[in-house]
Amino acid sequence: MTSPARTSPSRTAPPAPGFADPVLDAQRCFRSLLAALAGPMQALSLDACPPSPPEPLGPAAAAVALTLFDADTPVWLDPRADRPEIRDFLLFHCGCPLTPEPGEAAFALLLDPAAAPRLSAFRCGEEEYPDRSATLVLQVDAFDPAGPVFRGPGIETSRRLAPRPLPPGFWDQARANHALYPLGVDVFFVAGAQLAGLPRTTAIEEAV
Amino acid sequence: MTNPAERVTNPAERVTNPGYNYAYLDEQTKRMVRRALLKAVAVPGYQVPFASREMPLPYGWGTGGIQVTASVIGPDDTLKVIDQGADDTTNAVSIRQFFARVAGVRTTERTAEATLIQTRHRVPETPLREGQILVYQVPLPEPLRKLEPRETETRRMHALSEYGLMSVKLYEDVTRHGRIATSYDYPVMVEERYVMAPSPTPKFDNPKMHRSPALQLFGAGREKRIYAVPPYTRVRSLDFDDYPFEVQEFDTPCALCGSSGVYLDEIITDDQGGKMFVCSDTDFCAQRVAAAGDSQGARDPQGAGGLQ
Repeated sequence: MTSPARTSPSRTAPPAPGFADPVLDAQRCFRSLLAALAGPMQALSLDACPPSPPEPLGPAAAAVALTLFDADTPVWLDPRADRPEIRDFLLFHCGCPLTPEPGEAAFALLLDPAAAPRLSAFRCGEEEYPDRSATLVLQVDAFDPAGPVFRGPGIETSRRLAPRPLPPGFWDQARANHALYPLGVDVFFVAGAQLAGLPRTTAIEEAV
Repeated sequence: MTNPAERVTNPAERVTNPGYNYAYLDEQTKRMVRRALLKAVAVPGYQVPFASREMPLPYGWGTGGIQVTASVIGPDDTLKVIDQGADDTTNAVSIRQFFARVAGVRTTERTAEATLIQTRHRVPETPLREGQILVYQVPLPEPLRKLEPRETETRRMHALSEYGLMSVKLYEDVTRHGRIATSYDYPVMVEERYVMAPSPTPKFDNPKMHRSPALQLFGAGREKRIYAVPPYTRVRSLDFDDYPFEVQEFDTPCALCGSSGVYLDEIITDDQGGKMFVCSDTDFCAQRVAAAGDSQGARDPQGAGGLQ
């Protein structure tokens, strides 16, 4: 993959520390990610996050990055995430290439919901390889219990959750993303040390 | 649930086999498998290609299942391994010992106690619950492979949801045998989109996959594919209106525990043609026998029957 924006760590300050136990903390975090995608739209708590990720990267967002990003995954950073401390953190701990093109990213780190690109700006996979789609990590402030009604695989009947704040018109974009199934992007919402998954399979009904 | 005394969290103690990373696989491999698992869960029934590694056992012995388990397992897990329903056969014992050594996990034969169950060709009779993960060992992940040998073509057929060939195959069963004769690895439709091979489980187990509360993960090591069925996902066995899907039925209950409505294995007992039918799920059978023994008390201290 192309990585024109990749720079070597050049700061004088060392990057922020990663997981206290890189092996087992990554395993615990992965199990939460798996549970979040296999049981969409429920707020799960991550109990093993990096202690002091670089601002404004939250603990859960940093944990997801340390668990999934590596040299095989081009990462797109939104303007709020694209700062030296965060780049150093990612390059040092994950060694992931950074890409300036959302459409080339395997993962996108979105710390500014209000200015997030549309979901359709990211790779949605190919008909024969729907797995080649982007995974978005969208950092929000909090999860509210109300919100739209979700149905689909992983949800026994229905579920409600409202991450906030969200990009303008987000649920319409998410509905369009769901309509692309089996193509589409998958989203992890992160807030503080909490996490919720929105796979492309989840149907979103109007908020009642 | 976890006994703190048995929980191994100190990094110095946790790998009883120095020289290997926790759970055998290196971290880069685990991340690759984990990313594949997440995409597999996001597209139920679709086979995600992954860079399967050489494992310390031959292909066909569960290399795919082991890689999935190794990428998922942690010190808080309790592992059960099933080989054709049994907990005490070579494959099950070896894999259980492998993870006890390289991952320091507790192991069990009880379905209800396990958080992670790796299985070769059976779904436990004891209903699974939310939070449990069932890892299937899969030899041939592509349900269309015996009908179309070219990967490029089967991939295209999945992309177009073009499954007419599978219907023809089942129809030919009907014309030849008067019924759908496929009895294991019976193809299923997942979430009305992808036709999926449930691995060579008896078709008896197919209904258990439908809207199961547990997460089901599938690993095929030689064929380098991972796929998944999330909880509460629709899994429909393919059939025809006039030849509906049916599971196997048995004339007699289990000779050991008396269960009916379970999958039975035929056991040859002598060279005079003697045989008996017993539960394929050894844990389920043993618990039924133990429960019957408890309730019968002194009347039958041997439990309800047994191999003579």
